[in-house]
Amino acid sequence: MRLTLRVWRQKNAAAEGAMSTYEVDGISPDMSFLEMLDTLNEELILKGEDPVAFDHDCREGICGACSLVINGDAHGPERTTTCQLHMRSFRDGDTIDIEPWRASAFPVVKDLVVDRSAFDRIIQAGGYITAPTGAAPEAHATPVPKADADFAFEHAECIGCGACVAACPNGAAMLFTSAKVNHLNVLPQGAPERETRVLDMVGQMDAEGFGGCTLTGECATACPKGIPLMSITSMNKEWLRAARKAGKR
Amino acid sequence: MARTVWDSTVGKKAVMAVSGLIMLLYLVVHMIGNLKIFFGTEEFNHYAHWLRTVGEPFMHYEWTLWVVRVVLVVAVVAHATSAYQLSRRDIKARPTPYAHRRRRAGYATRTMRWGGVILGLFIVWHILDLTTGTVHAGGFESGKPYQNVVDTFSTWYGNTVYIVAMLALGLHIQHGFWSAAQTLGAGSRSRDRALKTVANVLALLLTAGFIAVPVGVMTGVVS
Repeated sequence: MRLTLRVWRQKNAAAEGAMSTYEVDGISPDMSFLEMLDTLNEELILKGEDPVAFDHDCREGICGACSLVINGDAHGPERTTTCQLHMRSFRDGDTIDIEPWRASAFPVVKDLVVDRSAFDRIIQAGGYITAPTGAAPEAHATPVPKADADFAFEHAECIGCGACVAACPNGAAMLFTSAKVNHLNVLPQGAPERETRVLDMVGQMDAEGFGGCTLTGECATACPKGIPLMSITSMNKEWLRAARKAGKR
Repeated sequence: MARTVWDSTVGKKAVMAVSGLIMLLYLVVHMIGNLKIFFGTEEFNHYAHWLRTVGEPFMHYEWTLWVVRVVLVVAVVAHATSAYQLSRRDIKARPTPYAHRRRRAGYATRTMRWGGVILGLFIVWHILDLTTGTVHAGGFESGKPYQNVVDTFSTWYGNTVYIVAMLALGLHIQHGFWSAAQTLGAGSRSRDRALKTVANVLALLLTAGFIAVPVGVMTGVVS
């Protein structure tokens, strides 16, 4: 396959960036999108140019490191992570636009790499449980109803890649935050911090400069792990409940 | 509690949802009242007069009406202020647009902000036209709402402004009602279809019900 790539190049956080055009040839449809970029970078290195910086780690679709907006879609046209996207999703001769996640809370570090530590700080604000450490507890000691376990698991699937923020026209982190809040709030292990968790995590989300939710549904459409839009509804419910309880104290 | 709610994006959105639902409830009542125009001058004018005497003898003349007006003004101000503040925040949170742009959200969703501005301007015109009579087309006479309504919808601009605003209203409600349910945590997977249906039905009924009046005047059913 022969492709034209228009890639966002930006030297560093302070520099002005722009889209640069590159031609790549000999791309196999079986290559992953990242392997295609590796091919481009090898050529650039041989020519003595600066290779395109992009985030990647496991390349198995489970770590949440890769982060590219491909033709306007976070993680590209398939509902998966960029590393699991294959070149067979494109056609020979295509022009592909590759951009970084865009949000003021995710500043560009270089080229396609953005700083997602705002997510870490949201987790630090409440994405944990208070539990005694040591040997694994007896599994039957804390029964969890099946429906709750399923709900928690569905939200636990979030890998924190930030596609939801990238896709949202408001740069909102509601889907990420709600996935984390719901995952822990529904379980008995998360119950002691149920109220403070949602208030603190939403507070941190706001403090990081993410936008608000306008229910466009773009986040859930982009999410490679299929976190549903209703996740946000559940978090809103938790937040209002916690605010009411906090008000009574 | 009030501080917690107003300072949070989630809380402020809840304020927007509640104030929107208050206005929506009012609009349903307002639309049903409007339709009385199809039953003749006497019934319509009598209805308009009754609105001023609701609650008597406990309430004095027009007291109930003023209570409703105050609640509505508070709702409009709360709705517009939260919308403005949240929108500014949203725009700031995405300063750089994508070079490769794609339109995905529905028309109703995309037009919420400008639709809201149109509706705000419409409310101002609507009150100046048919409540105070300041910019009324014919000789405005309070206490004769039937004739006032006919006068307004006998002008091309009266019809145009009103119908455009009512179409904007339908779109606003279609996305707004369903969104309010999500914002207040009332949505769920099993209820989603029902909520979307209610939103569509409300949007359709209100738009059709309101537009029926200018159409009635234009076709001569109301004169």
